Amino acid sequence: MGKIGKSAKDIVRNKVLLFMVLPGALWFLFFSYLPMVGTVIAFKEYRFSRDGFWASIINSKWVGWDNFKFLFSTNDAFLITRNTLLYNTAFIIIGLILSVLLAVVLSEITNKKLAKLYQTGMFLPYFLSWVVVGYFAFSFLSSERGLLNALFGSKISWYSESKYWPFIIIFVYLWKAVGYNSVVYLAAIMGIDKSLYEASMIDGASKFQQIRNITLPLLNPIIIIMTLLAIGKIFYADFGLFYQVPRDSGTLYSVTNVIDTYVYRGLKTTGEIGMSTAAGLYQSVVGFVLVITSNYIVRRFDKDSALF
Amino acid sequence: MSANAVKSRDFHRLSSVWNIIFNCIAGGFAILCIFPFLFVVLISFTDEGSLARDGYQLIPAKWSLEAYKYVFGSGDTLLRSYGVTIAVTVIGTLVSLLLISLYAYAISRKSFKYRNFFAFFAFFTMLFNGGLVPTYIIVTQLLGLKDSIWALVLPLAVNAFYIMILRTFYITSVPDALIESAKIDGAGEFRTFLRIVLPLSLPGLATIGLFSTLGYWNDWFNALLYIDNPNLVPLQSMLMRIETSMQFIMQNSQNSSLSLEAMRSMPQDTSRMAMVVLATGPIIFAYPFFQRYFIQGLTIGAVKE
Repeated sequence: MGKIGKSAKDIVRNKVLLFMVLPGALWFLFFSYLPMVGTVIAFKEYRFSRDGFWASIINSKWVGWDNFKFLFSTNDAFLITRNTLLYNTAFIIIGLILSVLLAVVLSEITNKKLAKLYQTGMFLPYFLSWVVVGYFAFSFLSSERGLLNALFGSKISWYSESKYWPFIIIFVYLWKAVGYNSVVYLAAIMGIDKSLYEASMIDGASKFQQIRNITLPLLNPIIIIMTLLAIGKIFYADFGLFYQVPRDSGTLYSVTNVIDTYVYRGLKTTGEIGMSTAAGLYQSVVGFVLVITSNYIVRRFDKDSALF
Repeated sequence: MSANAVKSRDFHRLSSVWNIIFNCIAGGFAILCIFPFLFVVLISFTDEGSLARDGYQLIPAKWSLEAYKYVFGSGDTLLRSYGVTIAVTVIGTLVSLLLISLYAYAISRKSFKYRNFFAFFAFFTMLFNGGLVPTYIIVTQLLGLKDSIWALVLPLAVNAFYIMILRTFYITSVPDALIESAKIDGAGEFRTFLRIVLPLSLPGLATIGLFSTLGYWNDWFNALLYIDNPNLVPLQSMLMRIETSMQFIMQNSQNSSLSLEAMRSMPQDTSRMAMVVLATGPIIFAYPFFQRYFIQGLTIGAVKE
């Protein structure tokens, strides 16, 4: 019998569980692993072939690192990397400050019913799609009809002036994400041992001393972990935010083009399949390194919070 | 007595001045979050003429129901999109729950010989992905899903993170001893799963189900990539398409009389806002209920095996 017989026996013994895992495993194979194989396109001059996917890949000519060379010889690579990194950095820093601030504020409000009500309001944006948020932004920013121009009597054509967009993008991001993120911190604050506060009360600590000396220090680990995990994803941008909110306006690309929108446009608009795949692979590889690194650091802080 | 006890601690509570300030901060941000939606609702009830004159107003000069009449009277575009979105959401959520709950159950069983392999098989996809272009080419060329409803359902069906959450949920909410005793009573894996594990982990399933319901309802990206057939366009994507074709017509309106014609048949500003309201409506009504599960999901996600 030997080895083969033994593994055949194992398969039979586990057949029901294997059967259960099969549909999901096939999904991963088709939607995750084959695309990983498909990244070879980054090293090819992709030619669509009528004979289907495999023929297209095999018949396309190898070009080595040419796609990458082209990508990095244009200004695009620098621009999209810069935009992706700077926006995410701003999101991480400002988002953290606001979410923690709101969580602390919510936890201290005396009337718990009101606090709950506020939280429900803050949570709303998280449930809306980027298309809808894009419409919201338009109702404020439309140059002829928008509320902002009407309120300030200005005539700014928002969708063609790139200098305002870093602020608009950051504002919209915060509007959508902060309520959701603050829930995480609020949950952590709720988990803090109440006896610590009681002890500090006996020592005569004021509310603000409690916040500074108990709440914030005890939030530190979760703040560090959330931040490191966000840094792991710093090479990825939310496509909807950068595509729907500026309404794909070409004049704004210098400040709204990020790696994700660049890859999409390469695929669907400009047809630069090879270069666009190269940009996607660049994102995946750097993203992978960042996730691994930040997770390694998270592990050193707190084993339980690490992804793996 | 207890009232006294509360009172004696009062000085450690927030002073009333700070309480007001804190209420203003939190309440102000909450209003800021809700305001744009209310504003769009207002616009949708504004008279188109007064809108053309004054722009979007907080208090419209003239109210009107025209927009909604137009949307409901203008044939079945909106209804069809509603239909597509509802179908995709229902089918998608069911498929998604089925695949995820089975996968998570298998890798939660300690007796499963290949559990580590399959756990890693799922987990690795959270670390590395092939990117948009190869995925697009696989979906359209290898799987041939372009312009099919499955292109809207399948790409969102499985998510390694949800599998991890649900596996944790199974492990923590279904004691091993219970599964063992079911085994001794002669139940097979499927029976154990259906009769014991699923009922006990309903809150976990509900959480994952709501996450994916929201994901499907709000999705427009897959439609943007894979759908050209106007009969298969979901709500969010339809809203987006109206917008882009409007822009297209406006940009080209100087040099063609045809586009003026097209312009007239396009929904007016107020009707588009009415469509936004109608597309968002179900979510707005459901979300206070969703919220509880989302918070639960966040907390489960944070707790690991």
